Amino acid sequence: MLNDNELDRFINDLWEMHGYDFTDYSKASLQRRMSRLFLIDKINDFPEFSSRLLNNPGYLQHVVEEITVNVTEMFRDPLFYKALRETVIPIIATHPFIRIWHAGCSTGEEVYSMAIILKEMNLLHKTLLYATDLNPNVLDVLKKGIFPLGHIKLFAENYIASGGEKDFSCYYTAKYDLAKFDQQLRERVVVSTHNLVSDSSFNEFQLILCRNVLIYFESKLQDRVFRLFEQSLDSSGFLALGAKETLRYSNSSGLFKVFNLKERIWRKSR
Amino acid sequence: MKGQYDMLVIGGSAGSLEVILHMLPRLKPDFNVPMIIVMHRNRTNETRLINLLATRTKLRVKEAEEKETIVSGTIYIAPPDYHLLIEKNHSFSLDDSERIHHSRPSIDVTFESASLAYGTAVVCILLSGANADGAESLRLIKQRGGLTVAQNPQSAEQGYMPQQAINLFPVDLILDKEDIADILNEL
Repeated sequence: MLNDNELDRFINDLWEMHGYDFTDYSKASLQRRMSRLFLIDKINDFPEFSSRLLNNPGYLQHVVEEITVNVTEMFRDPLFYKALRETVIPIIATHPFIRIWHAGCSTGEEVYSMAIILKEMNLLHKTLLYATDLNPNVLDVLKKGIFPLGHIKLFAENYIASGGEKDFSCYYTAKYDLAKFDQQLRERVVVSTHNLVSDSSFNEFQLILCRNVLIYFESKLQDRVFRLFEQSLDSSGFLALGAKETLRYSNSSGLFKVFNLKERIWRKSR
Repeated sequence: MKGQYDMLVIGGSAGSLEVILHMLPRLKPDFNVPMIIVMHRNRTNETRLINLLATRTKLRVKEAEEKETIVSGTIYIAPPDYHLLIEKNHSFSLDDSERIHHSRPSIDVTFESASLAYGTAVVCILLSGANADGAESLRLIKQRGGLTVAQNPQSAEQGYMPQQAINLFPVDLILDKEDIADILNEL
């Protein structure tokens, strides 16, 4: 377990020596991720950790990947996806060309979920899905589209609960203990690293999904990201957050109006 | 020990709901230590649980929200499918990382975080359950000078969970469900 000074020093080192800014990440969560990292990597104390970080060039990427949370699933919160399918996508479908941004997409289960919905609504061909994360390694998983077969039962149940009517198994091929998703689903996906802390707006979207990313940020950083999203949405674009995330307490709440409070969907107000 | 404690965290799994329902109406009306309840349960019945608990107490019962500042006279319920953490400024953070002991929320996560945020000023109670969640972190609470309580495994519906803690270290108090409210009223 790191003490407060060590945690501060670590955050400072990450920034000064490696260019990753975790200053405005929630401290309780970072503390926990660091304890977990020490356990997994069998590190006894902070000096040992610092020297490994300094002397092993490949270790930084591993650290960043482990202290950020990369847990995700397909069609997580099925009623959210049902709301997307029934109320949001029909509105954005009127655009001749659709752009959707999955910000902090991790290994991409949500991106594949969206691609499935768009394919079923016959919209995938005129959509581009931008999938971004700060960890390049999780994006490699997304590109391959291979997920543990053990997760598929949950994904399939979620898919049905979200209003999916096909046989879920038509979207992947199972081999040994892995499921590889149909690469057609990936044809319209643009994959890139992007850091919400430091990078700027790069396009204009009809829909931005950023689910269970902002819970790891302190209010100040949440505010920055809300402004970034506002700049990246077209005039009445949609913003979808995680099941327990809200704009209500943010200084930026005026930039958006509620579209579906229960499923945490907002719409740009200007 | 009056006024010594600023936070009460209760962790429970199978068989713990009836203990909480028995304890709540017996708390004195001006009970003012903020309370967090971390219960293992499935995703669906969250408002039902909050409404059920609210029928047993005059204290405010609500789901803990991210960034919310903790105030006294309130019972906070850890939301389903997230771990609940406490920041140094006594506000909540949520975390959707890996399950611990097959559980999210995990009792270990909240106990450990409460220990970091409150040190000696925290009381943690581990109730009935058939899972090892909470035992390891309850030991941490004790090491850092907080007060540790386990439900008596003999009389608990599922004694496994409190027994795991008792096997690990000398828990300060081992209580039957009938005695929990009396002790809390003395805090």
